[in-house]
Order: sequence, then structure tokens, then C-alpha cells
Amino acid sequence: MARNVIEILNLGKQYRLGQVGRSSIADDFKRLTHRLRGKEDPFLQIGEENDRTKKGNSDYVWALKDISFNVQQGNVLGIIGKNGAGKSTLLKILSRTTSPTIGEYKIKGRVASLLEVGTGFHPDLTGRENVFLNGALLGMTKAEIKKNFDEILDFSGVERYIDTPVKRYSSGMYVRLAFAVAAHLDPEILIVDEVLAVGDQEFQDKCLGKMRSVSEEGRTVLFVSHNLMAVKQLCTSGIFMKNGTIKSIGTINETIEEYLNDGNIVSELGDIPREMKREYSNGEGYFNKIALLNLNDVQVFSLAFNQPFKVKLQFEALQYIEDAIFNINICNTIGEPILYAVEKLNGNYSFSKVEKGITEIEVVFDIKLLPNNYKFTIGVGHKSGLTIDYLEGIFPFKVNKIGYEVGMDYPWDISNGYVEPETKWNFKKI
Amino acid sequence: MQENTDWDIIVKPKSSLFQLNLKEVWAYKDLILLMVKRDITSVYKQTILGPVWMIIQPIFTTAIYTFTFSSTAKMSTDNIPPVLFYLIGQVFWNYFSDSLNKTSNTFIANAGVFGKVYFPRLVMPISVIISNLVKLGIQLGLLLIIYLYYYFTTDSLHPNIYILFVPIFIIFLGIFGLSLGVIFSSLTTKYRDFTFLLGFAVQLIMFASCVVFPLSMYSQKIQNLLAYNPIVTFMEAIRFSLTGNGSFNIVNILISQAIIILFLFFGIIMFSKTEKTFMDSV
Repeated sequence: MARNVIEILNLGKQYRLGQVGRSSIADDFKRLTHRLRGKEDPFLQIGEENDRTKKGNSDYVWALKDISFNVQQGNVLGIIGKNGAGKSTLLKILSRTTSPTIGEYKIKGRVASLLEVGTGFHPDLTGRENVFLNGALLGMTKAEIKKNFDEILDFSGVERYIDTPVKRYSSGMYVRLAFAVAAHLDPEILIVDEVLAVGDQEFQDKCLGKMRSVSEEGRTVLFVSHNLMAVKQLCTSGIFMKNGTIKSIGTINETIEEYLNDGNIVSELGDIPREMKREYSNGEGYFNKIALLNLNDVQVFSLAFNQPFKVKLQFEALQYIEDAIFNINICNTIGEPILYAVEKLNGNYSFSKVEKGITEIEVVFDIKLLPNNYKFTIGVGHKSGLTIDYLEGIFPFKVNKIGYEVGMDYPWDISNGYVEPETKWNFKKI
Repeated sequence: MQENTDWDIIVKPKSSLFQLNLKEVWAYKDLILLMVKRDITSVYKQTILGPVWMIIQPIFTTAIYTFTFSSTAKMSTDNIPPVLFYLIGQVFWNYFSDSLNKTSNTFIANAGVFGKVYFPRLVMPISVIISNLVKLGIQLGLLLIIYLYYYFTTDSLHPNIYILFVPIFIIFLGIFGLSLGVIFSSLTTKYRDFTFLLGFAVQLIMFASCVVFPLSMYSQKIQNLLAYNPIVTFMEAIRFSLTGNGSFNIVNILISQAIIILFLFFGIIMFSKTEKTFMDSV
């Protein structure tokens, strides 16, 4: 078994909210008097979970609390979570730009952290000068940079501008050069925070490729990103953080699934969590699953052009409902409804009696959607118009330009609309 | 848990007061040199006169001092030609005050970089005093020209063997600026009040540092008091070794050096205590 290169034990980081001023000096004074009397810091006892949406009672919050995990050599660990979950604070502590309030950690090997690209770039210096400066800041010696300089230049693709001050660079060139330096560090442990968001697709792919090759060489990578695709491609294991604590640790697929199932996100498989925020809902019942099926009843996530499909819903009624009417909207990506399908029986609008428990509803669509990205909006209400449950803009899916049958590929671009109707064309010479 | 011995980095919230990691600073010597190079090359980018500005400033200041203190107020310059007296004062005082001023905002000015990447924070103030040394070197060139002019045209200059100690005095002036600078930079990270204090204090201290008046101008009682200001002692000793006028008191010099070492020690401890968490309060 590979050895642990990072061991973290009960790490915590507390922050004080509000401004630094006269009130904070009172707290500092209190802390000092406690320390002089040999007591523990009084403010460590208090402090609340870091949930920025709720108003708290204390000025102190724990940005990180009870963080313990180990990382083995060669592991590529993805850290995911919503904004404010503590991901970046954790990376900051591990890269030693700030200290933990409590707890400790140990690291074996040389660490390079990439919390930002182009740290310390001086606008007036040329690209060449900045490569050396930035490299030294990241912990390389001058000799190492010199050795790698040609490779860095090649990777960055800004050779022509290398002797021009970086303030004349486009933002893309700036990032390219900066990442190129970082990519040629030779660390045993690489810590990367959301830095790939900039740069064009080609360069992003290049960066991901570089990170992959780093990990293939048996080095350890800690990677924070909101780009779940990148995390999934790159990482072997994952940590899902929420409000400053670790919610789950496991393989990357497990943690991503957990993350997507958490709170108000409909999972990739179409599971709708009960806690999901619903704008309108009277509590008589909830949707708990949505799926897109082909005519063979196999779940699909995208459709071929001209492919017929079904939508399957699961609805859990908490009580008997006398007069439910279900409806499904198909919307475009910005949420504008394109189609409205409402419950019908033999061509007439109908209301159904729903027993308490889970009911499955299958709807066959006879419609030709044009290639594009779509979402669903689903709802159920009473005859009176009172909404029982309503979910807007969930479960995105795609209609591809490739045809369902050979020869049916869609040759035009995707801006021609959403639906192709059945039409008859008559030509007559006059 | 693996045995504790082979870890490279162990981080805990509290560490020993004297854990200073000075060895680590040495490992980053390339960074210090590159920072020095950056400081020197970036300051005068997009100027026409470039480094000439480094000598224009002392020339003008010396001219004004000569006019105000010597020609108008008729103050003593210890038989040293006034222009030379003020220029010596200017050049060495500037080295000290620039080192102090520029190191005193280390944490605030570099917060952006410090927040993103770890390296021994002392690299920054050390590189500042080294790049100031380059500026001092250029100003010493000017001083040499003026000095030689007076040496050959008057017989008021009597350089002596103590001139060999001048480099040591310069190093101690730089270290003194660094020590006070890192103390102030540690104090100002959370509460900015000290920035305002430092702003005018440096100007006032100049008048208590024999930059524009010779020590001999004061009463004996005040002279004894000023002996505890290391700058006074060094300033006088530098003037003495270059011109034969002034005072060279070996006891005072040793006391001054001891004071500076004490400040340096105290400053580095404060600095390394602050560097661990300053990102949260800067």
C-alpha cells in the first residue's frame, strides 16, 4: 500500500465576522488576558457552523471544522462543494498561506500550490523576467527555471511576446504564460484551486492533460473545481464539503453523486430530493423521480434527432387526491417553455384520482424536437388550479444533430427553432 | 499514523516562539536576488532619466539644506564643507529611512502574493534592504565625486584608517532599518494606527540623528542621551573616518551594535509570529 503523504487531524479554522476596529481590540484584549492566566482561548468555545444564508448569533464562525483525512501518494483528490463550503480555506491552510486555528497536519514531500495563476507577476517586467520571478516564488531555483525555460515557452505558446512587458499581454496570454511556469514545477504534491476557468478550450485541455501526466508520474494532486466534468476525468478519489465540514469521502464518482443529490439539485439519474426547494407546493405530495426513456423503456440522457421518447415521472402522494391533473413543459435552456403537455384521456382533459403512495406516470411524446438543449418543468395541481407540486427547469437533456435512423442527420445549425411540425408542401406553377 | 520523524512539514496552530526557519530563507536566496532585480528594474521603467533620479534627489536636498541651515541659519558643520556635510548625512540617512519605510508595509503591500503562495516572508524585507543598497552605491558614487573635489581643492578633509569600518556601519544601518521595519509591519497588519505614527516619526527622528546638525552642537547632557541613538553614533563615525572631524567613540559603537542586534532579534520573532495568521486580519 502506498504511504500517506498528507495526514490531517481535526483541522479547524475560525474567523471573526465584521470589521476590525474598536470591538475587535476588546476581543483581542480578552484573549490576551486569558492566555496570560494560562487559560484557553475563550472564543474557541463559541462559533457557529458556516452557513452564510442564515443570520447567526455569534461573531465567530468556523470556516472549517473537524477536518480529518489522509491522502496517499499518487492519489488525485478532487475537493467539491458549493461556494463557501471551505474548499479554498482548506487549500490555503495546506499551502501554508495561513495557519489553522486548531488541529494539525503533516506533509511529506515538496508542495507547490497553485491557488492563482500569475501570482507576483509584475506588469512592467517582460514575460521572460516574470517567468523567472514567478518560478522562484513558487519555489524553483534559478537553475531549474533555466533548465525548463524552453519547455515553458513552448507550452505557453507566447514565444513572440516573451520580451514584451506582460501588461501588454491579452488576458489569455497572461494566463497561458503563468500556467506554463506552474506546470513545470516539479512538486511531489500539487495543490490546484479553480484556476482553469480562464483560457480557451484548447488551453484548458492542455492544462488538464498536464495535470493528468503529473498524476501518472505517481505524484499527488489536490484539485478544487466546480467543473465536475474536469474533476471526474482527473480525480480518483473525492471529498465533498459542506458548510466547513466533510460530508463524504470516497471514490470520485460516489462523492460527485452525493454532491449532486445534496439539497436542491436533481441528480443525473433523475432522483428528486425531498429537501429540494419548491416555489409552489401545498405538501399533499411530491415528485421524486423523472426519467427520459426511449421506446424500449431504457433510460437515456440525450436523444437522436427524430427519435420518439417517453417521460416517466414518479409521484408520491402523502394523502388521497381526488382531482389531480399532471403537466409537463419542455423548456429551452433559459427556461422559456416551448411545449406544454397536460394530462389527457382519450383526447379529453382529464383529472385522476391518486391513491396515497407512489404512482408512476408515463407520457409518450409524439413530437420532433430540433437539435438543442432542453429542460423539463413538471407540475401537478387540483382541478381548482391549486398547485400540489411544481418543479421548474430540471433535468437537462440534449437532442443531437445525429439522426435516429441512417440518413436522418440534421444538417443545419441549431438556431432554427425547437420543433419541426408535420407539414405538407404543394408546388404549383402559375 | 506514520512515525513523526520523516515528515517534511508539520503544522500546528501554536509553535515555539523561537522557531524562526532562517534556514528556509537561505533556500530561497534565488528569490531574494530576483526580487532585488525586480525592484531595481521596475522602478524606473518608462522614465527617461532612469536611475539618474537616484542622484537628483540628494543633490537638490543638499542644495536646500546648505542654503537653509548653513548659509541662512549659519549652523556649524564641524569644519566640514557644508555641501559635503549635508550630502553625507543625506545619503546614509536615506538608506536607513528608505529601508525602514519600505519594509514597514511588507505585509500590507504584499498581501496579494502572500495570500496565494508560501515562501519565507522574510525574503521580502531582506530583498528591500539589498535593493536599497544598490541605490546607496550609486549615491556613494556621487558622494565620491564631491568628496574628491573638496579633497583636492581644500585641506579640510583628513581621511583615516577608520574608513575601513564604513561598510560595517552601512550594514548595521540597513539591519536597523529592517528591524524597525519588520516590527512596524507586524504591528500594522491588524491595526493600521501605527502607519500614521511612522509617517511623521521618521521625519522627526531625522532631526535627532545628526543628519543636519553635528553632535558637537549639542550640550554634553544631550550628547550622552543621543549616544543611545545608533544612527547618531554611526553618522558621526562615518563623518570622522571620511574627514577627520566628528567623533569616533568605540564604546558607543559597540553599544549601538548591541541595540541593533536586540531590535533585529525582537523584530524577527514578532515577524515570524505575525506571518502565520496575518492573512486573516490584514
